Amino acid sequence: MSLLSLLPRRSERPTYLSPVRSEPEPSSGSGVAGSVGIVKTHSFHFAEPPDELTLECGEKLGPITVAYETYGTLNDEKSNAILIVHALSGDAHAAGFHEGNEKPGWWDDMIGPGKGFDTDKYFVISSNVLGGCRGTTGPSSINPKTGKRYGLDFPIISISDMVEVQKHLTDHLKIDRLLSVAGGSMGGMQALEWLTRYPDRLRSALVLASTAKHSPQQIAFSEVGRQAIMADPHWKDGHYYGGPPPAKGLAVARMVGHITYMSDISMAEKFGKRFGKEKPHKFSADSEVEDYLHARGNNFVKRFDANSYLYITRAIDSFDLSRGKDLYQVFKGINAKVLVLAFKSDWLYPAPQSREIVRACKLAGVDTTYCEIDSTYGHDAFLLEVDEETHLIKHFLQRVFYQQGTGGAYEVKEYEI
Amino acid sequence: MKSNSSQSDSRADTRSDYRVILEWIASGSSVLDLGCGEGELLALLVKEKGVRAQGIEINEQAIYKCVARGLSVFHDDIDHGLSEYADRSFDYIILNQTLQQVRKPDEALREALRVGHEVIVGFPNFAHYLARVQIFFRGKTPVTPSLPYEWHDTPNLHFLSISDFVEYCRKRKINIGKSAFISDKREMRIFPNVFAETGIFLISNVTG
Repeated sequence: MSLLSLLPRRSERPTYLSPVRSEPEPSSGSGVAGSVGIVKTHSFHFAEPPDELTLECGEKLGPITVAYETYGTLNDEKSNAILIVHALSGDAHAAGFHEGNEKPGWWDDMIGPGKGFDTDKYFVISSNVLGGCRGTTGPSSINPKTGKRYGLDFPIISISDMVEVQKHLTDHLKIDRLLSVAGGSMGGMQALEWLTRYPDRLRSALVLASTAKHSPQQIAFSEVGRQAIMADPHWKDGHYYGGPPPAKGLAVARMVGHITYMSDISMAEKFGKRFGKEKPHKFSADSEVEDYLHARGNNFVKRFDANSYLYITRAIDSFDLSRGKDLYQVFKGINAKVLVLAFKSDWLYPAPQSREIVRACKLAGVDTTYCEIDSTYGHDAFLLEVDEETHLIKHFLQRVFYQQGTGGAYEVKEYEI
Repeated sequence: MKSNSSQSDSRADTRSDYRVILEWIASGSSVLDLGCGEGELLALLVKEKGVRAQGIEINEQAIYKCVARGLSVFHDDIDHGLSEYADRSFDYIILNQTLQQVRKPDEALREALRVGHEVIVGFPNFAHYLARVQIFFRGKTPVTPSLPYEWHDTPNLHFLSISDFVEYCRKRKINIGKSAFISDKREMRIFPNVFAETGIFLISNVTG
């Protein structure tokens, strides 16, 4: 029973937050805060044979290429580095613009001068995950042993393998201790994995709309996506490179995904209309929501590899931070501070999963802050509730940054973002 | 309810109940504030006593303020907030101006005494003479400086007096370590059940 919930609750938003945005799509990042401008993706190579990386599954993989971008400047003490870790379909391009491209990075709303991850203060690193298809080694990369693309010869990867690769990248960048590792959804899992795997290599972790373990419901949606890909005749047991890709299957997988990223309310607000117009055939798209899902699906196949989708969803599904123990035991002895954010209408990564993380942190005595943000955007909220996240993340990072070494109190004198 | 934030360092500006609590809490201890609001008290305790502070608050907007103050806070209610903790997780649990608003104060106190070595409870005194006068002569639900609400908009679910609380502690074998009574923003000691607007107690289990 909620006891304090009987306190008067204000439904209106606080004055220090700007009005609710009506457009539930990642914006172009315009606003008072600035952009990091034109950026480039870099590559880092490691694990050259015979020093291949041993994966969690026991297999070896190498060489490995990591695509990454950086924004802002690393300070002399190397104490201001933040690693941004992306979700299922993300990539290294988190902020700014690529030359000749008008579309900003996937988290441009949050990364830049004066933004939540303030590049005037912090050095932000973002890399594409292992198994991805946007510059980091994955199933669509060339297998040096055969000279052909890996396809299903690519080994099964896990969230901890992704983190292991990121750790090599931070070694390469000569950063002993990250100020923070931050991510939403699958990014949150990587942040949690960092926290428990390398607790002395980070000062804080930001876990947004995530979980310590995938639930049967989450696995079920992943499996529908995987089955759609594998049922596509073009998939050919993963060896479709050189021919047409399993685009229909991947598009359906993405459509299912997008359904789970929204909420009943956000869908109703966004897709009110039915067309009732002339159609090529009886079952052509007849409503905005169908059009939207088709567009999303069709866009996705242009930038994403179907095999990567299989490998990465498998990695998410098998994620279990506790590894069979009581969850609080894996958090014991961790000095890093943790910020956990959940969103009320997120039914894919519902708040109770975040609470489970918070409960374990509590029992383990980890310094933790938890906020359940009132949002109607569903799981997408972690990309859309920019004002709330900016406020919380900015102040949280400030505190972690200024408490370095001193352990003393840090008081922020203002509320304004 | 809690007043707006004061940015001043001046002690004179510090709320009198906060001053009492500041005095009672040992430097460097661990403190859990249940219903910490916007985190004013916890921020003071961090600054002046170097405590390891944790807040629990149900109001999302208040949490934004707490985070801006550099505090760690859980978005939660008192039930969840306490039951998930192991015994003796904190040196102090604070229930300041929240006990009268929880649905089951008895349970909340028992849990607080389990999770904390000591518990600080502050509440408005329903037997303040102004309340007595209003009930007796006007026949109306009292509205006083420490009970500023009309009957229809009050967040308070329980109305207790200082004598009620002392009797409760005696019956439950709860040890009252310290007490303070506040009237007109000042500490006072004479006939507190009549003249104090607010009572603050430091309690612990007798066996603990």
